[in-house]
Amino acid sequence: MTQLLLFNVTNGLIIGAFYVLMALGLSLILNLSNVINFAHGGFLVIGGYIAYTITPYIGFWGALLLAPPLTAAIGLAVERVLIRPLYGRDPLYSLLLTFGLAFMIEDGTRFIWGPQGKPVTIPAFLSQPLSNEFFFITGYRLFMVAVVMIAVALLFLLLRYTRLGIRIRAGTLDLETVGALGINVQMLRSLNFAVGIFLAGLSGVLAAGQLGLEPTMGTGLLMPSFIAIIVGGIGSLPGTLAGGLLIGVASGLTAVFLPAASEAVIYVMMAVVLLLRPRGLFGEEGMMS
Amino acid sequence: MSSEQIRKTIALAAIWTALLLAPYWMVPLGGYTALATRVLVLGLAAMSLNFLLGFTGVLSFGHAAYFGLGAYGAGLTLKYLAPSTPLSLIAGMLLGGVCGAILGTLIVRRRGVYFAMVTIAFGQVFYYIAFQWSSLTGGDDGLRGFSRQPIDLGLFKIDILSSANNFYFFVLFCFALAVGVMGFILRSPFGRTMIAIRENERRSRFLGIPVERHIWIAFTLSCFFMGFAGALYALVNNFADPRGLHYSQSGDFVMMAVMGGMRSFWGPLLGAAVFVVLQDYLSSITVNWMSFVGLLFVLVVLFFPRGLLGFLQRSKA
Repeated sequence: MTQLLLFNVTNGLIIGAFYVLMALGLSLILNLSNVINFAHGGFLVIGGYIAYTITPYIGFWGALLLAPPLTAAIGLAVERVLIRPLYGRDPLYSLLLTFGLAFMIEDGTRFIWGPQGKPVTIPAFLSQPLSNEFFFITGYRLFMVAVVMIAVALLFLLLRYTRLGIRIRAGTLDLETVGALGINVQMLRSLNFAVGIFLAGLSGVLAAGQLGLEPTMGTGLLMPSFIAIIVGGIGSLPGTLAGGLLIGVASGLTAVFLPAASEAVIYVMMAVVLLLRPRGLFGEEGMMS
Repeated sequence: MSSEQIRKTIALAAIWTALLLAPYWMVPLGGYTALATRVLVLGLAAMSLNFLLGFTGVLSFGHAAYFGLGAYGAGLTLKYLAPSTPLSLIAGMLLGGVCGAILGTLIVRRRGVYFAMVTIAFGQVFYYIAFQWSSLTGGDDGLRGFSRQPIDLGLFKIDILSSANNFYFFVLFCFALAVGVMGFILRSPFGRTMIAIRENERRSRFLGIPVERHIWIAFTLSCFFMGFAGALYALVNNFADPRGLHYSQSGDFVMMAVMGGMRSFWGPLLGAAVFVVLQDYLSSITVNWMSFVGLLFVLVVLFFPRGLLGFLQRSKA
């Protein structure tokens, strides 16, 4: 029983770590640019497939380092060409555009790499279980969690201490004033978008090593990430972090006692949070309206 | 009558004539009657969504849920409760509408993107339930084993199952009924407050309009219409599918409304016609139709944000 419990909690934490990476990227873009990036799952898939393509040449470690910035570069191009004209217009339009983009990315990856799942080879020493008793904790799983933790820590340091981060946070509160102070708002939005997509690309590489690659894998992670943001509180990055871990662990725990409800529980949590605390766990008053 | 009124009357007469004669001109043009029926039903759904989107200015991206609930309501009624077509339509409408009314209370305080996000997430709840509750809904395979029943008018029965034309006219009758009610609401004082909220929410509030309540009413009404459209859709296919509740279906509806023209009453019907015919055509010529549909979304947003009718009206002005 303890083993089963531990197994599902670990699973939940790992899934939660993915939700966190996805949701943080989404949240960054949403907070600053008021864009719900439906294509975020698509960028995750792009990150994964880039890693798959370059691994044979530069190995897993090279792919881990190179795939996320490459994905971010693609994201930057997309932002420049497609999303920039939509700032300041009804959010409906960016929603529809990224929605269509998600279709194109999914179908495009299927066209280029085929509909079958692709395995990404991870270093042998990472795929070993740590002990016989806890067979489910492989080195790779610990490694994933560690990478996610480092990425999140770096993101928060970036936002806290660098000029870019401070501008992003200021822009989240009042973009107009930030612009009036002479900061290039377009550039800020682009860089912020790129940071968000970088995180999506990173989750893509990590997910590829754990789950293998499929063109549809991004869509499955999108909805829980939305819910993580809503539960944690829109506008609050620590909230998004907490929300992602919370729903991950909650669905992991539910899987022990009531397997059929393991996904339903995250929707229930969202409904309860919205009912009792509409701004989300860490949300600021008024951010949601 | 002013020339404006005359033009409107002519346009209206043209729309209804085209709809009434659709089975006779669709087939020679290479279409088929069932395609016309689908356009009508999906058009009604897009118009129901636009009731909220275009006329209240509230962005729901999860409306397929209520459409799908309507479909399941109708299907389950026909399968388990009573073999009656009218009853199944009412049941579907009620299921969609009541669920919308309940969730609406949780949603109406949000605005803009946040409204959209919460509606997407709640919409997925129903998708998830329909997907998981296999014993009732058939799960991933969808709900089968029911079919639309003849309409019993006492003196005679109308066979709507085997005759595609009869069914088309039955759907057109339902469509006219729903669209009539929709138009009536939009012309009523309440309908005017919806437009006032869309144009300037703060000013509406200062004028004493209870904005949250009116948005809730508009949301609920729109869910009732959506449920009705969904119930008709179940009759079209004799089948209800969890994918009908998925947010990607919601996206299609929003696209139909935007492509046709959100600010016009009939725009979404036009959008649905273009969308359905295009999808039908694309999926028959290429396996990569998803890319083309996605590309359509991107192009419409970038170059035709006002939709076809908006584009025509603007170039006329």
